[in-house]
Amino acid sequence: MPTTGCGRRCKPASRAGPSACLHRWRPAMRSLRDRWRRDRVLLLLALPGVTALLLFHYLPLGGNIIAFQDFQPFLGIWHSPYVGLDNFEPMLTGDPVFLNALVNTLIITLIQVIFVFPLPICLALILNATISERLKRLTQSILYMPHFLSWVIVVALFQQMFGNGGMLNAWLRSADLSTFYVVGVPELFKLMITSQVIWKDTGWSTIIFLAALSRVDPAQMEAAVVDGASAARRLWHVTLPYIRPVIVLLLILRLGDSLSVGFEQIILQQAQVGAGASEVLDTYVYNHGIVGGDWGTAAAVGLIKGMVGVALVLGANRLAHALGEQGVYAK
Amino acid sequence: MTSRPAPTAVSVARPAAGAGPRPRSGRSRRPAWMGEPSKLGVGARGLVLGLGCLAVLVPFWAVLMTSIASPEEVNRAGGFVLWTNDPTLDSYRAVLSGGIVTRALLVSAGITVVGTALSLVSTIALAYALSRPGSLLHKPILLMTVFTLLFNPGIIPMYLTVKQLGLLDSYLALILPVLVNAFNVIVMRAFFQGIPGELRESAYIDGAGEMRILLRIVLPLSKAVVSVIGLFYAVAYWNAFFSAMLYLQSSEKWPLQLVLRTYVVNNTPIGSDQLSSNLENLPPQISVQMAILVISVLPILFIYPFIQKHFAKGLMVGAVKG
Repeated sequence: MPTTGCGRRCKPASRAGPSACLHRWRPAMRSLRDRWRRDRVLLLLALPGVTALLLFHYLPLGGNIIAFQDFQPFLGIWHSPYVGLDNFEPMLTGDPVFLNALVNTLIITLIQVIFVFPLPICLALILNATISERLKRLTQSILYMPHFLSWVIVVALFQQMFGNGGMLNAWLRSADLSTFYVVGVPELFKLMITSQVIWKDTGWSTIIFLAALSRVDPAQMEAAVVDGASAARRLWHVTLPYIRPVIVLLLILRLGDSLSVGFEQIILQQAQVGAGASEVLDTYVYNHGIVGGDWGTAAAVGLIKGMVGVALVLGANRLAHALGEQGVYAK
Repeated sequence: MTSRPAPTAVSVARPAAGAGPRPRSGRSRRPAWMGEPSKLGVGARGLVLGLGCLAVLVPFWAVLMTSIASPEEVNRAGGFVLWTNDPTLDSYRAVLSGGIVTRALLVSAGITVVGTALSLVSTIALAYALSRPGSLLHKPILLMTVFTLLFNPGIIPMYLTVKQLGLLDSYLALILPVLVNAFNVIVMRAFFQGIPGELRESAYIDGAGEMRILLRIVLPLSKAVVSVIGLFYAVAYWNAFFSAMLYLQSSEKWPLQLVLRTYVVNNTPIGSDQLSSNLENLPPQISVQMAILVISVLPILFIYPFIQKHFAKGLMVGAVKG
């Protein structure tokens, strides 16, 4: 690569514009001491953030060592005895409590990928087809809002609507129909949390699809119309290719999260429906580790969960590359 | 006759309402090739959007109305009130008269203000440092930041770390672990990099140091992204529920979300001793609950419209480029 005056290898000016090289205007500096003198303010600025990330992302990562220990809180990480793979036993032997959590997790993931994931795309298409800019703004403002509410508030609102003394039942009572306690029925729990997810985040998730849709080239659309393409064909052959990379990207990210399903949301409602219907891997870790004191097993499950998540993202990304998509990062 | 305004001039400028379709204003223009949409399509779309908006708005409406309804109305409705003729602020008075809810409100507000300030400062600083490719340690720091997006350490190690650092039962435990969010750093960095380098260049030549460039040149140009990221942090701190449940043991330190969980979601009865209310008779339980709910939603509703206009500019520019 050509050097552009700053003594460093920078992108050629023609490709990314004249400002691509941010060091162009600085004298060439090679020695470490010179660079330190030049960049120490930047390093100082980075310090608080870097410290926080090291302390609360990288240091706890080392704490996963207790997955291989019989962890005793009063002995601490340094003195607890090592037990090899004993903590992984419930996973290997198929302990029913663990299996229940795993199965619930996978079912919820499946429901969310099939039923929840496509909704924002449809909503974005509908919003995009709305011609009146003012109406569009208004609906967007309203539909984005639930995203900013906490899960406690969302769960509280749902209970007030569908709970025992909730609006639905009050209405049923006034119409002399039998009441229906939707919130406390284990069989309906997955439906319940799915509708909560839909209510909270469908609107907000449209934002990224709308951004992709805004890049659809009107000239291509016009050409398709001139060539006699129906609305459905235009959607399939013109609009969809523009948002496909985003869809793939989000699907990959969703896959990486597939073992983390609505932790806060579920822990809030677990008391009402019991563990059978609501235990997922995250709540298993919480209930066994922090509540139950079974630190080793909980950490082991958490560790496997995290590793599977990373593996899924990387795997899905390779698959996306193989299918000719860009994925999370360019190849 | 001369006293009247000339009618022709008016009618030329603005055609009468009945005379043909009004010209479309700039906001809603349809390309010539698009053709009129079918009535069915427009109707269906309107229905979907309308129902969506109702599904968002109705619960809030019901909650708000119930919180200000009089006890008689609540009793008559047997729970929720959709319209009140006799609004009263008794439930708010009871909740805000200095009991557990008032304290929790102050705690939440404090954590939100302090946490957002600290987070914004450290995020801006880190993002600015990372917006300079080629600086010392630029690559390792960038990689270190990006990697944190890929994994999360897990609940148990996180809890043990916070415990080891002696932060259990301290408000710092709600702030420090989430001080810097890598995604926000990346978005902000992309925005900083979009600012023309020539600006910094000329400031540098005029003798400005890094700090002055950041404070006088970069930040004033980045109001959009700073306010959006600030909102994200503020909402996260205000909404924090799980970390509070995990790290705070004593109930007098509870933030609002934990109070909300205990007295609204879990339906634990809240009495006058928790509220230290000086009202003669407490408003109905449900009105009190709904007042707590409204109080915890209100701050978000307040900042939301101010920041919302920056969403498109602040976030999308950053996200698309990042």
